[in-house]
Amino acid sequence: MPEFETLEHDVLVIGAGGAGLRAAIEAAAAGVRVGLVCKSLLGKAHTVMAEGGIAAALANVDERDSWKVHFADTMRGGQYVNNWRMAELHAKEAPDRVRELEAWGALFDRTKDGKILQRNFGGHRYPRLAHVGDRTGLELIRTLQDHGIHQGIDVHMEWTVVSLLKDGERIAGVFAYSRERGQFKVFRAKAVILATGGIGRAYKITSNSWEGTGDGHTLAYDAGAELIDMEFVQFHPTGMVWPPSVRGILVTEGVRGEGGVLRNKDGKRFMFDDIPENYRSQTADNEEEGWRYTQGDKNARRPPELLTRDHVARCINREVKAGRGSPHGGVFLDISWIKEKLPNAQEHIKKKLPSMYHQFKKLADLDITKEPMEIGPTTHYVMGGVRVDADSQMSRVPGLFAAGECAAGINGANRLGGNSLSDLLVFGRRAGEYAAKFAQSAKNPTLDQQQLESAARAALAPFDRPTDGGGPFQIQYELQEMMQDLVGIVRREDELVRAVEGVQRLQKRAAAVGVSGNREYNPGWHTALDLHNLLTVSEAIGRAAIERKESRGGHFRDDFPDKDPQYATFNTVLARAPDGSMKLRREPLIPMPPELKQVIEEMK
Amino acid sequence: MPNANFKVWRGDAKGGAFKDYSTDVSEGMVVLDAIHKIQADSANDLACRWNCKAGKCGSCSAEINGKPKLMCMTRMADLPLDRPITVEPMKTFPLIKDLVTDVSWNYAVKKTIKGFAPRKPDAPDGTWRMQQDDIERPQEFRKCIECFLCQDVCHVLRDHHLHDKFIGPRFLIYTAQLEMNPLDTGDRVPDLKHEHGIGFCNITKCCTKVCPEEITITDNAIIPLKERVVDRMYDPLTKLLRVLKG
Ligand SMILES: Cc1cc2nc3c(=O)[nH]c(=O)nc-3n(C[C@H](O)[C@H](O)[C@H](O)COP(=O)(O)OP(=O)(O)OC[C@H]3O[C@@H](n4cnc5c(N)ncnc54)[C@H](O)[C@@H]3O)c2cc1C
Ligand code: SF4
Ligand code: SF4
Ligand code: FES
Repeated sequence: MPEFETLEHDVLVIGAGGAGLRAAIEAAAAGVRVGLVCKSLLGKAHTVMAEGGIAAALANVDERDSWKVHFADTMRGGQYVNNWRMAELHAKEAPDRVRELEAWGALFDRTKDGKILQRNFGGHRYPRLAHVGDRTGLELIRTLQDHGIHQGIDVHMEWTVVSLLKDGERIAGVFAYSRERGQFKVFRAKAVILATGGIGRAYKITSNSWEGTGDGHTLAYDAGAELIDMEFVQFHPTGMVWPPSVRGILVTEGVRGEGGVLRNKDGKRFMFDDIPENYRSQTADNEEEGWRYTQGDKNARRPPELLTRDHVARCINREVKAGRGSPHGGVFLDISWIKEKLPNAQEHIKKKLPSMYHQFKKLADLDITKEPMEIGPTTHYVMGGVRVDADSQMSRVPGLFAAGECAAGINGANRLGGNSLSDLLVFGRRAGEYAAKFAQSAKNPTLDQQQLESAARAALAPFDRPTDGGGPFQIQYELQEMMQDLVGIVRREDELVRAVEGVQRLQKRAAAVGVSGNREYNPGWHTALDLHNLLTVSEAIGRAAIERKESRGGHFRDDFPDKDPQYATFNTVLARAPDGSMKLRREPLIPMPPELKQVIEEMK
Repeated sequence: MPNANFKVWRGDAKGGAFKDYSTDVSEGMVVLDAIHKIQADSANDLACRWNCKAGKCGSCSAEINGKPKLMCMTRMADLPLDRPITVEPMKTFPLIKDLVTDVSWNYAVKKTIKGFAPRKPDAPDGTWRMQQDDIERPQEFRKCIECFLCQDVCHVLRDHHLHDKFIGPRFLIYTAQLEMNPLDTGDRVPDLKHEHGIGFCNITKCCTKVCPEEITITDNAIIPLKERVVDRMYDPLTKLLRVLKG
């Protein structure tokens, strides 16, 4: 019988992005033994790349802001299929979470009177995003990291969790391998928090790093938890399109927040052509008003470039399809034009958007203070994820929690920019608190040797298989191409059905894929093990997208281009049936209490 | 399409050698793309770290043609293609495999530096006020992406291996950032001299030259810190005053 090195914790956190770090800090503060496992080095998680800011109704720049406005904006952005309780908690608690970062050493950009500065972002009625230039994610993750290392958290970097262990119904710990050395370890824990981030790597064009392979989604699903809202994937309107090697890399919405405009090849600001009814009263109807809004004029309405991401991405898609795109299949995003308005525009742009300036200069030989950028949509964020209780973040598996991008509910059909970083803090903290509570009253779980052995066997299987049938990278590329083509921004029933069949074929191939080399830092092996996760989330997205025969938020159906009130009443829920197949059901929305309904009415 | 030849270090702690590879070069390609292409096509087990591919996470540090750089921000177009491009791991840290080194020492060092200790909130709303001008400097240091290229190039670590006596440029700017935070009340000056070896730095500025974030490590952080140490430790009057004040 193989023996595995076993470590003991009360709470084990998987993931060291904003959500995982915040959860670990909170659990440690409750006095329990906390472990933290992550695939990369500390401080490198996807959160580090976030640019634009953290949404919180601090009302530092516009005193009319409040949690109520933030709540209403989030629900409107999510097209009312959000979990209202999560949206409420998020809007109420985000300001404290941001201030707390300052108490831990973060240095946000300031207003003239010395408060935390806030900027405009799509779908937020008032300037609401606390930020540091365009490197807010770095500030957030570094602050949590530097605070966290003094809290007695036991950190394991470059370990990948490959399965969750159970003791009957409840969670018992996790099984993981070391990326560096390839050995296995068992982490026994009374409570486990998933904070594994997103799924962007299921698509070819994405802003996500290699880590975004849907691990937490799949671990939870395999362990008996449910996934909801998987049809809702966010395609960010502005990713780089040229040169090819940088395709998909994000261009922050902050560019538009600072006055950047979108134009087609004829120089037309096409966003004025299509303003959705429910945003019309909040949107500028001329260019001058839009500019005044970005410069802080409180009487001006936002320019249409700052409509929600789903809408902007579709408008760009339409321009490109109609032959009005830029030379490399995108459209133009221009911030350099503000030199007509501001005397020191060049310096101003460099100061407000330093990393965008740097990114284009270095990677595309383009000076954004002088020329327009070429941009197009990129797979960015998944609204769907593990179904959790709004207050505690626990899934239906006792002791299994999820927070951050891998959990779902707060965003509904579309996430507003800036609402993720605040989500990580608010619900990371809650998950930490409730997981610690759960652990304090739970007995030590018993490990099942059989589960350990089968996890180890499955992890090593690729080494015993022939390597001639196409490597793991090839399967991954095929999946990414297929998802991009068939389950992208614009969807159709027949294509979605083909995609789900395609995923099933690739699942068979993935189950037979072999790898060469040894267990030490072997990317081929790592990719072979990631395939199961990528394929599981891809199947989930495909199935949920077939079920929702309407267009809402991030989910747009060419064959059902309108919103259908029938579909405003439920979320799609996926779970694993006893025979291993993926089963879908519709879960009615929880009725919203009258006082929140009234808030939404007031803010219309 | 033009072609590029590479010599990539393959091996582990026990030893290794450069191995030859070649790839096509497409427009805008960076070294990390080439490494990924080699990895996907002919060397599935070639080890390298990366995350963001946009110079934001500091994972992909390596030595390219002998120069410490981020692979994701080094364009093929900026390298001479008439001879092979060498790609090897950072030398200041123990090798794990291929391009991946064991940088855990850096994480251990950071823990030895006293954390942020803010003064009590003093604005009416229970927070603080800070002016933008007063935080520009520490904000510059907080741009650090922990790529450890400055640590790699610093001769005190690279050639003299004084890892147990000197924290290196990355952690000098980390200390500077804390010391210059307008809210901080901590005192790290004695540690800088006695524990963290600031005296070993002889201001060669090699660190500043390699920093991909263009942080002015030496002029803006190390020299001011050195001045603080000198003011405090060697100025008899200050010393006396401190003793008198207790
Ligand atoms: C370029 C870019 C810019 C963005 N800008 C903004 C912005 O301005 N504002 C905003 O609100 N949002 C923004 N977002 C979105 C936001 O950054 C992410 O949604 C958020 O950072 C996700 O955080 P997380 O903590 O959930 O997970 P992540 O930060 O993705 O971290 C996941 C962690 O889980 C670990 N992990 C994953 N799988 C495993 C496994 N199997 N075993 C062990 N560990 C595992 C990883 O190693 C990592 O540590 C941006 C996203 C991108 C890509
Ligand atoms: S200036 Fe100092 S810290 Fe920087 S490389 Fe030279 S000796 Fe090292
Ligand atoms: S200071 Fe510069 S070179 Fe050093 S670790 Fe930070 S970003 Fe890298
Ligand atoms: S991959 Fe992030 S800095 Fe190069």
